[in-house]
Amino acid sequence: MQLPEFEWGFTLALLTNGVMIGLMYALIALGFVLIYKATDAINFAQGEFVMFAGFIAAAMASTVGLPFWVSALIGIVGMVALGFGLERVVLRPLIGRPVIAVVMATIGLAAVLRGVSVVLFGASTLAITMPVGDEPINLGLVSVPPVQLVGALVSIAFLGIFTWFFLKSRTGIAMRAVADSQQVAMAMGINVRRYFALAWAMAGVVSAIGGIIWGAMLGVDNQLALVGLKVFPVVILGGLDSVMGAVVGGLVIGIVESLTSGYFDPIVGGGTKDFAPYVVMIIVLMIRPEGLFGRRLIERV
Amino acid sequence: MFHREAGVFKTSYGADMALYPLPIAKWAVAAVAGLFIVIAPLFCSEYIVSVLNLILIAIVGALGLNILVGYTGQISIGAGAFMSVGAYTAAHLVVSLGLPFWITIPLGGVAAAAIGAVVGIPSLRIKGIYLAIATLAAQLIIEWTINHVPWISGGTQATITVERPFVFGVKLAHERQIYLFLMAFVVIAVVATLNLVRSRIGRAFIAIRDQDIAAEIIGINIFKYKLYAFAISSFYAGVAGALESYYLGIANYEQFQIDVSIDYLAMVIIGGLGSVLGSVLGAIFVTLLPTATRWFLETFGGAFFSYSDLLSVIPNLRLIIFGGLIIFFLVVEPEGLNRLWRNIRNYFRVWPFSY
Repeated sequence: MQLPEFEWGFTLALLTNGVMIGLMYALIALGFVLIYKATDAINFAQGEFVMFAGFIAAAMASTVGLPFWVSALIGIVGMVALGFGLERVVLRPLIGRPVIAVVMATIGLAAVLRGVSVVLFGASTLAITMPVGDEPINLGLVSVPPVQLVGALVSIAFLGIFTWFFLKSRTGIAMRAVADSQQVAMAMGINVRRYFALAWAMAGVVSAIGGIIWGAMLGVDNQLALVGLKVFPVVILGGLDSVMGAVVGGLVIGIVESLTSGYFDPIVGGGTKDFAPYVVMIIVLMIRPEGLFGRRLIERV
Repeated sequence: MFHREAGVFKTSYGADMALYPLPIAKWAVAAVAGLFIVIAPLFCSEYIVSVLNLILIAIVGALGLNILVGYTGQISIGAGAFMSVGAYTAAHLVVSLGLPFWITIPLGGVAAAAIGAVVGIPSLRIKGIYLAIATLAAQLIIEWTINHVPWISGGTQATITVERPFVFGVKLAHERQIYLFLMAFVVIAVVATLNLVRSRIGRAFIAIRDQDIAAEIIGINIFKYKLYAFAISSFYAGVAGALESYYLGIANYEQFQIDVSIDYLAMVIIGGLGSVLGSVLGAIFVTLLPTATRWFLETFGGAFFSYSDLLSVIPNLRLIIFGGLIIFFLVVEPEGLNRLWRNIRNYFRVWPFSY
């Protein structure tokens, strides 16, 4: 067994790639965290949300021929509407039911979204072209594609906005109150249902932006939903209800993925990228199930 | 099964727990058994028997998953992976050692049970959503391992060819022959599950599901019984996986990917959590769904889609209906088909004087 020779340039390139991808994971995981934080619901359809948003934007841009910004806006508006609608029709009747009901409902939702997107938009891969050019941008030691850089910057911006939102804004504080205890929040005059709907709509916005950027990197087809499987390691590592956790988790998983696939793929013949994050996740679940930044629920049995 | 009692006349726990509440129930079970064991293989076409075979395999798997999810309340998104463990174990035993089915199938189940118990270990510390994600991880890791370890996968395609089993020296080459073979396993699985859930172990499972802290306080060793649940459930899954590879003639990890795990979860949910009849109904329903969708679209779909579109629409429409039904059942009838069946029975119990 021959390890690839250790090279600084190669490692640095892998690290940069990991950070860029990790920030995208963080953005997509943020949609998951938003929903969990506000409504205690686990969204197994997060990947499909991202895919669906990508499909809307790509169809608007390539099939209808609208300019990028307009189609991106339509994608975001569409996902907000979808978020509101799903909360009303699917999730609200399930409030107060066992975890498995919500888990299974979002799994069902994922299947529906996957089917609907192919029926509506076709099975072929659509392209989203961001108006940023293709020339890699040189950042001193490494160069990155502009799409990745835009993705990373947008992620950082959004993560900043949501950190501020939950810590300082009135709406964000109300949302945390709802998550903490629905009854007490109601007693304090908070309209719990409105905040549930708002959380799903916000998750829709985040997924839409994630879907547009992720789709611009990979092309939009139903493979785009596979990113949903990466969300779980990210949020388990960071803590299900922590925005900060999503950032750290995303970065760690992105870097782990990039390094392992760079160094181990040649040895075992590929696929470590999909495998390594889950090993990290299992270790975290065994040692610290609530994650790095998650709220710890004390329950002894 | 189909009878209507005039009232509740049970005077002992024994009578309440009996498998046959009235003598007529025996006749009903005998009639159903006769219908499916004798009549169905004689009079159904080859194609229908092949669909029935898939249903039979699904029933075994769904029963196992229902023991874990429905009776013990532990969520698992890893049923497909345990099936693959059983399938590959049995396939290797057949190919390399040439063992007969009555050794390979139970051993496939035992191997799956061992792996299942290992996956169940975290269930002591984590529950609910965390356990669901841990089993999801198990699914992906087992899948990856099978695919990437040549010693297990048996080559580049990760496919092992399995010969049809021999019973009393006869090779079960025809659909009808293997139908009876699979039916024998289904009968064993159904009877075993019915008896398991009335036993001490089954009652412990239900106690853990309903209130784990209370269960611990009345002296149930939660960790032990959770591991039992994982092991027994995985045993069923392993047997189902082994049966499937015997039936299809190959063991391939692609038969047991995450969508299969989701299919089985859907069977359990649509059928009814914590119900043997529900597992059977759910398995029938979910297995028939793609067939029914295809038949319906090929018959009536021409009005809406062109033929080439139809080919790409069918699998996706199946996904939509599948997901939609899961959501529908969760929102409208959380107790599944089993509950619908009970409602129908209760309606006819007092019919025609339904007031």
